[in-house]
Amino acid sequence: MSEPQSGAPARRGLSPGAVTAALVTPAYLWLTVAIFLPLVAMLVFSFLTAAPFGNRAVSFTGAHYLVFYNRPYLVEVALRSLALGAWTTGICALIGLPAALALSRAFHGRTREVLFFLVILPFWTNGLVRVFSWTMVLRENGILDDLVRAFWVDAPSIGILYSYPAIVVGLVHAYLPYMILTCYLSVVAIDDEILEAAKSLGARAPVVFWKIVLPLAAPGLIAGSVLIFVPVIGSFMEPRILGGTAGVTIGTVIEDQFTQAFNWPLGSALSFIMLAVVLVVFAVFSRALRGRLTLS
Amino acid sequence: MRTLVDRRRFNLLLGAGVAAGALGARMPRARAANKITVLNWQGYGTDEAWALKLFAEQTGIEVVHDYFNSEQEMFTKLRTNPGAYDVALINSAWTSRIAEEGLLDPIDFATVPNSADLDPLLRDSSNFAFDGKPYGVAWVWGMNGLGVRKDKAAGAQSLEVLWSPEAVGRVALYDDAITEVGIAALLFGESINDPKDMKAVVEKLKAMKPNVKLIWSSEDQWNKAFSAGEFDYSIYWSGAAGRSQKTFKLPVEFIVPTEGAIGWLDGLSVPASAPNKAEAVSFINYMIDPKFYVKWATEVGAPASANAKAMEELPADDPQKLIHKTEYLKKLQFMSPMPDDRRQAFVDAWEEVKAFYAS
Repeated sequence: MSEPQSGAPARRGLSPGAVTAALVTPAYLWLTVAIFLPLVAMLVFSFLTAAPFGNRAVSFTGAHYLVFYNRPYLVEVALRSLALGAWTTGICALIGLPAALALSRAFHGRTREVLFFLVILPFWTNGLVRVFSWTMVLRENGILDDLVRAFWVDAPSIGILYSYPAIVVGLVHAYLPYMILTCYLSVVAIDDEILEAAKSLGARAPVVFWKIVLPLAAPGLIAGSVLIFVPVIGSFMEPRILGGTAGVTIGTVIEDQFTQAFNWPLGSALSFIMLAVVLVVFAVFSRALRGRLTLS
Repeated sequence: MRTLVDRRRFNLLLGAGVAAGALGARMPRARAANKITVLNWQGYGTDEAWALKLFAEQTGIEVVHDYFNSEQEMFTKLRTNPGAYDVALINSAWTSRIAEEGLLDPIDFATVPNSADLDPLLRDSSNFAFDGKPYGVAWVWGMNGLGVRKDKAAGAQSLEVLWSPEAVGRVALYDDAITEVGIAALLFGESINDPKDMKAVVEKLKAMKPNVKLIWSSEDQWNKAFSAGEFDYSIYWSGAAGRSQKTFKLPVEFIVPTEGAIGWLDGLSVPASAPNKAEAVSFINYMIDPKFYVKWATEVGAPASANAKAMEELPADDPQKLIHKTEYLKKLQFMSPMPDDRRQAFVDAWEEVKAFYAS
C-alpha cells in the first residue's frame, strides 16, 4: 500500500473499493431479497401448471403464455389498460410540467415550501381513502354536483362516477406528484441565462418553451412518464372502485386470477406479458425521443 | 444511586432466576391444555372479546386467534402449520376437499350437545361429508339473492327482473364469478356448481349489459351507491341486506327469487393435528350455543345461525330473522366444492362478461 502523497490525513485499512462495497451492499442485498427473488419466483410460477403449495403435483408448461390467444377478449382489456396508462400519463404531463415550471420560477422560500408540501400531501394519505373520497365527490348528487348547484340551482348532474373518466381522475390524482417532482428537478436546473440569451436573440415565449425548456425538461418528463405509466396499466383499485362496469383492466384480471381462481401461474404469466409489452413500448418511445432530442 | 450486589444477594437472585426459569419452562406446558388456537377471518364471531371472557370463565380455556384473508390462505395454513390450530372456520365448499387431504378430524355429534338444535338440512349438508362422515359443524349461513329498492321493485319475484326493460341502467352485480355464473344457472334451472353449458351462461349474462350500472365488491360500496340512488336492483348478500336495513335505514328488500338463491354455509372444524381436541370441541359447542349467537347477532351483527333454536330466540323484528326464514333453506343451492379447472372456467366466463360490459 502506498502512502498518500498529499497532506491529507492518512486513513489506512479501507481501500476505496471496500468502502464502495460497504455502501452499496445493503441496498443491493435488499433489492435482491425484496424484488429479485419474488420476481424470479413468480417467473417460475408462470411456467407451472398450478401454484406449488401443499402436496399437489405440478409440472412445467408454457400454456399460460398463450392466454391472449385462448381468451381473445383479453386483448381488448389490455389495449384499454394501455390507453388508460396513456391518458393518465398525458394528463399528468399536461398538468405537471406547468406546475413544475411555476414552482421553480415564480415561487421562492416559504411559499415554495408550502406549495411543495401540498404537492406531496396525496402521497401521505392512504390510497383507499383517496379513492373513496373521490367517490363522494364524483357521484350523482355528490359534492361536485352540490357545488355546481350552489351557483346554478337547476344544473344537470355532472357526476361521472362509474365511468372511464372517473378512473382517469382518480389515477391522475394519485400519480401527479411523481410528474411534478421529476419535472421540477429537470426544470430547476435550467440556467436563467440561457433563457435570457434566447429572449435577447428575439425568441418569443412559445419558441423559448418549445426549443429550450421542453428539451431540457424532457429527462424529467420521461422519468415521470415511466414512473406513472407502468403502475397505471397494472392498477386495479381505482378501476374497481371508481369505474363501475368500465373498471375492467388487465390489473383487475390479474387480481382475479390470484384471489378468485387461485391461478397464480396464469396471473404471473399475464403480468410478465404486460411487462414485456411495457418494455417494448418504452424501447420504441426512447428511440423516437432520442431522435428528436439530439438537436444539434 | 448505585445498588450494590454482594455475593449473598447475587446468589439469592441467581436462585430466584433459576426457580423462575424452571417455573417458566413448566408453565407453558401446564397452560397449554387450557389454551386453544382458532383460525378464522378477523372479526368473525369467534374473536368477540366478551364471548371469550365468558368462555374462559365457564371452562378455564383461553382462546387465541390466527387469521386468514382468503380461503386459499386458510387451506395453505392448515397444510403447512400442522399442530398450530385447534379450531378452523371453513366454508363448507372447502370442507370435504380439506378432509380429503387428511387434514381434519371427523366430528362426533355426541360430543357437541348443542348440535341437536342445528337445522338438519345444514347439519347434514353433503358439503361437510367425506367418506360418509361429517367433518364440520354447521355454524352460520347466508344467501346471495335479489336486493331491490322497496318503492321501485317491491314484489319482484323472478331473477328475470334483472334483464327487464324497467331495470335498464339500474342493476348492480356482485363481482364474484361463482355467484354470477350461479345466477344464470339458477335461471336455467341447473346446478349452480356445475352448469351444463358455460357458453349459454356467458351469453345470458352478456345480455344484461344495458341494465348493468355497477359491479360492486364490498358491502360498503353497495351501501354508498344504493343510498346515493345509483341503482334499484342488485345481487346482494342476505346478511348485508339486514345490516343495510338496520344500521343504515336503507329501503332495501331481500328477495329469494322463484328460481332459488345461492346459499353459503360456514362450519367449524377440528384439524387432525390439533393439540387440544376436547377443548376445541367444547369451544365449537359454545359457538353454536343460542346464548352466544343471540348476543352476537343483536349487539354486534352476525349472519344467520345454523342453530334453529338460536334463530327462534332472536327478537321478532330482527331483520336477520325476517330475511333468513327456515323455509328458504329448501330453495337454496349451496356453493359446493369444485375442482380447480371448473373454478377457472367460472372465473374465465365472468371475466369475459365483465370485459364485454366494459367495452
